[in-house]
Amino acid sequence: MDLSAVLELIQTTLELGLISSLTVLALFLSYSMLNVCDLSTDGCFTFGAAVGAMVALSGHPVLSIFAAIAAGMLSGLITALLQTKMGIDSLLSGIIVNTGLYSVNIAIMNNSSLVNLNKTTTIFTMVKKALTGTFLASFHKLIVVIAAVALVVVFLVLFLRTRLGLAIRATGDNPAMVRSSSINPVFTTIIGLVVANAFTGLSGCLMAQSQKSANIDIGSGMLTIALASLLLGRVFMGKGGIPKRAVGAVIGAMIFRIVYMIALRLHMPASMLKLVSSVIVIVTISAPYFRSKLPMLRRRLILKRGEEEKDA
Amino acid sequence: MLEISHISKTFNPGTINEKKAIRDLSLIVKDGDFITMIGSNGAGKSTLFNAIAGSFITDSGSIKLDGEDITLMPEHIRARRIGRLFQDPMLGTAPGMSIEENLALAAGHGGWLSSVSKKEKNDFREKLALLGMGLEDRMKQPVGLLSGGQRQALTLMMATYNPPRILLLDEHTAALDPGTADKVLKITREITENGKITCLMVTHNMHQALEFGNRIIMMDDGNIVFDAEGAKKAELTTDMLLLKFRESAGKQLDNDRILLST
Repeated sequence: MDLSAVLELIQTTLELGLISSLTVLALFLSYSMLNVCDLSTDGCFTFGAAVGAMVALSGHPVLSIFAAIAAGMLSGLITALLQTKMGIDSLLSGIIVNTGLYSVNIAIMNNSSLVNLNKTTTIFTMVKKALTGTFLASFHKLIVVIAAVALVVVFLVLFLRTRLGLAIRATGDNPAMVRSSSINPVFTTIIGLVVANAFTGLSGCLMAQSQKSANIDIGSGMLTIALASLLLGRVFMGKGGIPKRAVGAVIGAMIFRIVYMIALRLHMPASMLKLVSSVIVIVTISAPYFRSKLPMLRRRLILKRGEEEKDA
Repeated sequence: MLEISHISKTFNPGTINEKKAIRDLSLIVKDGDFITMIGSNGAGKSTLFNAIAGSFITDSGSIKLDGEDITLMPEHIRARRIGRLFQDPMLGTAPGMSIEENLALAAGHGGWLSSVSKKEKNDFREKLALLGMGLEDRMKQPVGLLSGGQRQALTLMMATYNPPRILLLDEHTAALDPGTADKVLKITREITENGKITCLMVTHNMHQALEFGNRIIMMDDGNIVFDAEGAKKAELTTDMLLLKFRESAGKQLDNDRILLST
């Protein structure tokens, strides 16, 4: 493998990492801040991809971005309304929306499970055209996704500093406090999920346009992959303020993709991606739990050994 | 002025666990009143607070605040005018957020999309300094690092940052060690007196109930069994309170914590 192939591989890995980092930032808001595990993520990601692809296909590449964001917001709104206004359990709301979106996505993609964007003008081909002749042309995808991620990170950090952002954080941090204060937890949950799913929709849209096709499975497993990235980012960046943690989410997404790329080079089958992400989530969530149990286990072991020695 | 007329609340009606927590209770709280409340276990003190704050809607009767009927008003809207502290110091603040962020939420100035201004931060610092706990130098630290007493003092400050029409204190010093409890009580007195805040305080300490406020209420079995104010309250002693309770409730006061602390 020569150097240019390696560089290209790294570039693709970074692009994929940055695109999925938008979904990781969505989970940073819904899972880490609002403390809601939003199981509609997979469907919402595909929803953004499908809507973005169809609008781009109709000749509106710039509009496709905003359409995908709006689609994500709508999906988030429904998930939020189900759990705040209709007495449906939070996890169940996500699953229901996820299932429903499958049919919706097929319908949007003209009753097909695949939309081809090979000859379509997308946000990426537009930027590529604008940069033709400059040395930046071969980095057009990276430029688009870096811009998108930077905008979302800055927006998210500023948003979480506003009164609304603080209220959303308080809703996730201490529901009891929020109930007895003048914050309406229904309102903050709705806004939080709408904003988070806007990022997810955008993420799906960029993924489809970057790989020049949208298919019905594009979002499957995204929730677990994004969760794994989020938790990896937390491990690597440690504790800190909101800006540090948001950047950590992005870095986590990159690390995840890099590890995955290396595993592929070592001949791991591509189909293992989801198993790997599941294992990462299991390990990162359960490790602190086992660590807290460790002193007790150690004492039990010592006690047991002592008894055995007595017997002997 | 808070006017509570003929409210009732039954939990789990029609089941074996049916509990008539409040029975046809009426109470008028005048502006500037500081009422201390004592009563036996399960007398309905906290239930009455829940009814006033809107944690649930009463089965019957009405609650009016400054002439406005708030009987059916949701909890978070009432919370703009009704401040509340619980026994558990963990309930009133968000542990993962800094002192400054908690205060910014309580202050609630500006629109939803505004952030904390420099002037506000200075105000926070000045007010925190009044607590005398050194919190003004720890504004960026998460509230989860504070002690129970510090958190309760902060909660009290947050609940009264924009002076409420009514402040409900539900044994807010009971979970603190005696020294800290005294400090928080002192702060309570300062804040309520300076801000002329109308206040209802549940306590299990009879001396506290007699020492604080201008009016005392005893509750039993979901209703008010004794109510004294002004000079009548001032001449009460703990023995007289126990006697009054036996006379009006027709039984001994059975709050073991009250008896142990007298």
